[in-house]
Amino acid sequence: MKRLLILSGKGGTGKTTIAGAFVRLMKAKGYADCDVDAPNLHLILRPKTTVNAKPYFGLAKASINFSKCMKCDLCRKHCRYDAISINSSGNYLVDPFACEGCGVCCYICPAEAISLEESIDGKLELFKDKTSVFSTAQLKMGSGTSGMLVSEVKKQLQPFEQDIDIAIIDGSPGIGCPVIASISGVDMVLIVAEPSLSGLNDMKRIISTAQKFFTPIGVVINRHDVNPTISKMIEKYCREQNLPLLGKIPFDRQVNRAVNAGQTIVDVDCPAKNEVIKVFKATIELFNSL
Amino acid sequence: MKIAVLSGKGGTGKTFVAVNLAAASFQSTYLDCDVEEPNGHLFFKPSIDNSEEVRVKIPFVIPSLCNGSRKCVEFCRYNALAYVQEKLIVFEDICHSCGGCVLVCPNDAIKEKDKGIGMIQDGKSDDVRVISGFLNPGKASGIPIIKRILQKTKPEDKRVFIDCPPGSSCIVMESIKNADFCLIVAEPTIFGVHNLAMVHELVSVFKKPFAVVLNKCSNEENPAKTYCLEQKIDIIAEIPYNEEIGTVCSNGFILVRKLPKYRSMFENILVTIEKGVGK
Amino acid sequence: MKIAIPVDDSTLNKEVSMSFGRASYFLIYNLETNESEFVLNNAANSQGGAGIKAAQQIVDLGAKVLITPRLGENAAEIILKAGINIKKALASSVENNIRSFANNELNDLIDIHAGFHGHH
Repeated sequence: MKRLLILSGKGGTGKTTIAGAFVRLMKAKGYADCDVDAPNLHLILRPKTTVNAKPYFGLAKASINFSKCMKCDLCRKHCRYDAISINSSGNYLVDPFACEGCGVCCYICPAEAISLEESIDGKLELFKDKTSVFSTAQLKMGSGTSGMLVSEVKKQLQPFEQDIDIAIIDGSPGIGCPVIASISGVDMVLIVAEPSLSGLNDMKRIISTAQKFFTPIGVVINRHDVNPTISKMIEKYCREQNLPLLGKIPFDRQVNRAVNAGQTIVDVDCPAKNEVIKVFKATIELFNSL
Repeated sequence: MKIAVLSGKGGTGKTFVAVNLAAASFQSTYLDCDVEEPNGHLFFKPSIDNSEEVRVKIPFVIPSLCNGSRKCVEFCRYNALAYVQEKLIVFEDICHSCGGCVLVCPNDAIKEKDKGIGMIQDGKSDDVRVISGFLNPGKASGIPIIKRILQKTKPEDKRVFIDCPPGSSCIVMESIKNADFCLIVAEPTIFGVHNLAMVHELVSVFKKPFAVVLNKCSNEENPAKTYCLEQKIDIIAEIPYNEEIGTVCSNGFILVRKLPKYRSMFENILVTIEKGVGK
Repeated sequence: MKIAIPVDDSTLNKEVSMSFGRASYFLIYNLETNESEFVLNNAANSQGGAGIKAAQQIVDLGAKVLITPRLGENAAEIILKAGINIKKALASSVENNIRSFANNELNDLIDIHAGFHGHH
């Protein structure tokens, strides 16, 4: 099984929209949504099968037993994350959102009043029908272990490796841990760029992050005609960095309409559809030549 | 007043709204807490007064004091330590800087050093103080940078605008912790609505007064507006999607400075917030 | 000499695990005595740094050779510092891999990938 990951750096460039189109065009047998903080792929690739869901246990969180607590303040003094505070009743409390489960407070407490408790930080879902497998997850609000959950989402596809030729993975915005976790082990990264100053800047940062992994990179410019000048700057950058430009998709109001109707771009007839098909063919050609 | 600008989804116009609110305001402070992909500085182009590296504490061993007890390896919840051929290896990028290994070592063989994970730039653009955080590519968490940025405001700062990271994970929580008001920016797509619901939950749990600005509005159906009406969420403004605005922004200009006719739109948002909407 | 191989089932005719850090077990095979021991991978359910914890376990089990399809850079650092030889596994059964190793047919693993950093 080979993996094609779609990233962007900046949010809102069209990652998910393009990922959805690719899944349709490829009739992909396996695909995943690694944007676990804000998963959206299921909204346009509406799986009809029943889901296999399981809770995702993130880092265990500290919990203080009031009856044993001696209020010595050692835990609060040693917590590096400001996760321990005293409430109005004078009781010591752990903020589960700030707690990073390091265990220092448990170790340092002279009364053994603190323990690490399992915490459900999200849920994993696997949709499977006769032709395909779709792995996705939802991180619970405020959680911090998204990188780990991303790895779990990818891992859910592993048992089906033999049946999947190329798996399409919709990534998340940014350059941090969840993105790093998604890049690991993939065969190619397709970066969706947006022709704006912010978009150009963020594209450079994600390219720099992806290059650390020596993974082949391809670039596509989405809504390129919204700003032809910056679009050309992106093209120039790609040439300088020796990154293949796989296509330029025009701005198309019909895309939003399709998305809002729960469809992919290639499910409706529109100018963007034709370009997406060209980008798709160029991407697969590059992918197969690697 | 500290106003956090956030959205569940990236690309809805958080930075656009935060930057323009700060620019339309008098003597404001703009904090860019989207440290993975900071963009506010591209619009403000501030002159930099001060640059500061943000560091975290990383352990290192004094080999002569290490007797191979491996208490540190066993203790580390992140598996950032390994003991091979009688030498301790520290995996710095995995370390969470909790200080636990230092505490558990029976021989006091572990000390800590500072390691840079990013930086903060503090500067000015006309009368706006612009503070931006930059996380080094490859580093996992921007929380220490966000914490440091938030420490830089003073109680006498009248208006502080916090440009938050997208989503609703822990880095967003950190950004809105001390905010007085949360302004949620939503776009008219079903992607936007799904993520709007998550952010809605987030601000509710934190009991922050909040309201929504609908961005990129057109005559088409607006699922985000529908959601807000159903949930009885205050909609403060509906910013249109038009070529004029799109071009100004994509070229990196601040709308209220480039086209002053749009200033009143943002001034109205500020007035509405300060009147006490969303409580 | 002990060989370590990551596996997801505790039988010799199943395939080698695709993952090192999160394999369910490690097979420790003694070339001299032909004895097999399946040891639970302590790192399988780790939040993060699974490769590191798994590598530590391999070192502690006294393996001299590791046969795996892939390895992250953090785990590789540990394995190499311990002087353990890393061979690239064939996409085939554990039995086949052991036989190929014994016949000197396996290549060294040279494509080490950057780590997962699976948590924040």
